[in-house]
Amino acid sequence: MGYGDVQMIDANGIRNDGRKAGDVRPISIELGVVPVADGSCRMKWGSNDVIAAIYGPMEAHPRKIQRQDRAVLDVRYNMAPFSTSDRIRPGFNRRSREISKVTAEALESVVMLELYPRSKIRVEIEIICAEAGTRCVGLTAASIALADAGIPMTDLVISVASGKINDVVVCDLNKSEDNYGEADLPMGVLPNSGELVFLQMDGDLSPDEFQEAWDYNMNAAMVIHEYCVEALKTGRYPQ
Amino acid sequence: MSIPLVPQLLRSHLKELADNGQRLDGRTQYQGRDVELEVNVLGNAEGSARVRMGDTIVFAGVKFQTMTPYSDRPNEGGLMCMAEVRPVAGRQHEAGPPSAESIELSRVVDRGIRESGCIDTSDLCIIPGEKAWQVILDLFAVSDDGNLFDAFALAGIAALRNATIPQEKFEVGEDRPLVVSKTPIMCSYQRVGGRFIFDASGREELGGDERIHITLGDDNHVHSLQKGLKGAFTAAEFKELMEEARKKGDELRKMVHALDGGN
Repeated sequence: MGYGDVQMIDANGIRNDGRKAGDVRPISIELGVVPVADGSCRMKWGSNDVIAAIYGPMEAHPRKIQRQDRAVLDVRYNMAPFSTSDRIRPGFNRRSREISKVTAEALESVVMLELYPRSKIRVEIEIICAEAGTRCVGLTAASIALADAGIPMTDLVISVASGKINDVVVCDLNKSEDNYGEADLPMGVLPNSGELVFLQMDGDLSPDEFQEAWDYNMNAAMVIHEYCVEALKTGRYPQ
Repeated sequence: MSIPLVPQLLRSHLKELADNGQRLDGRTQYQGRDVELEVNVLGNAEGSARVRMGDTIVFAGVKFQTMTPYSDRPNEGGLMCMAEVRPVAGRQHEAGPPSAESIELSRVVDRGIRESGCIDTSDLCIIPGEKAWQVILDLFAVSDDGNLFDAFALAGIAALRNATIPQEKFEVGEDRPLVVSKTPIMCSYQRVGGRFIFDASGREELGGDERIHITLGDDNHVHSLQKGLKGAFTAAEFKELMEEARKKGDELRKMVHALDGGN
């Protein structure tokens, strides 16, 4: 099956999981799920289930990785072998390495690294069940876990992806929409300033469609930000 | 990674506690931490379980692949058991290829399940000599506060006992439950402060000596043993641990059976 062959949205604009174009999948957040870590968060988003844990700030070794004026962020994104329909062989691959890199760069933009010279902060992102948009869930969960660890940041990073299915722009792609859709635009938004620290895209979007997808992401990020703030205040969302 | 320096202070504290029959967290010698066991917790695994013992948390996930049977066993499938202790589980765990410790972990858990004969490999045959099921049990540590062995073994057998063979997805028939006829249970003991204790916490592991892992089947048959780390133990000590493992094993087995699906 190729692009456009799968009908994923009906004449009334209802998607195959019952959502309207602008709706986000159900989200729940729980803090402190890795008791031995300095900060942690489990985020369920649709059928995605992601654990993020923070260790540090700690001594950076070997010494050659140390930076005299700031901390280094050591970010690892990994999918558990049982997280997908077909089992994944354990170990790093090109995809997880790229996602780790762009996630690190997004977080480096908000974590006040200059407060911890010569140290290291470890960010571990583990996908234990994957549906679609795991990089967005991982990045959002990591920023919540950093806040849970009490690490000073200028903002949270809220990441969400919109895209196009059957020529309709929709928010927060699910698995079939991600597999058979025509475009995917994941963004990492700083909710307080509206700035972006993470941006990728693949597929085909007209200028108008692109603007629509962009706006969906911006609006969704503001809504998800409220959930994150509530989770950080009370330990979980929803209550 | 830096070699964990075992503070002499911790060791002497543990010794003092042991001499008074006490432990760091107030438990008695053979008392385990409260165990939480949940099954079918992961959407994309064909069988899954989550175990929490104190601050130790692990997941087990079962996946199925098709394989070509080994030429000397054309009517049999296979079982593979892998354990990963990734850096998420603790600050002492580093990224990289599996450590000797995590390889030992998966092999000891694997032996207990395999040797109990709880999975009939001939039931995994699809086409003799051509196609059979390979059951893959992946064990995944989320938080390591000691005794990953027992947590993995418990999560592993619970996940297997609730697993479904995805025959529809592979177009070889209707989905059916994986038949798991027994419930091997591992109990692990470590010498801390001079005497053996059950279910060591992370601190006790850090200040402890040799450990002994015992896997017993339903009928109390022994299916796997492992002695790890430096240290020597007596026959009398071992006999006592075996008796303890029988009692504790029965308790944990009941817990697994209470969650059994249609198997």
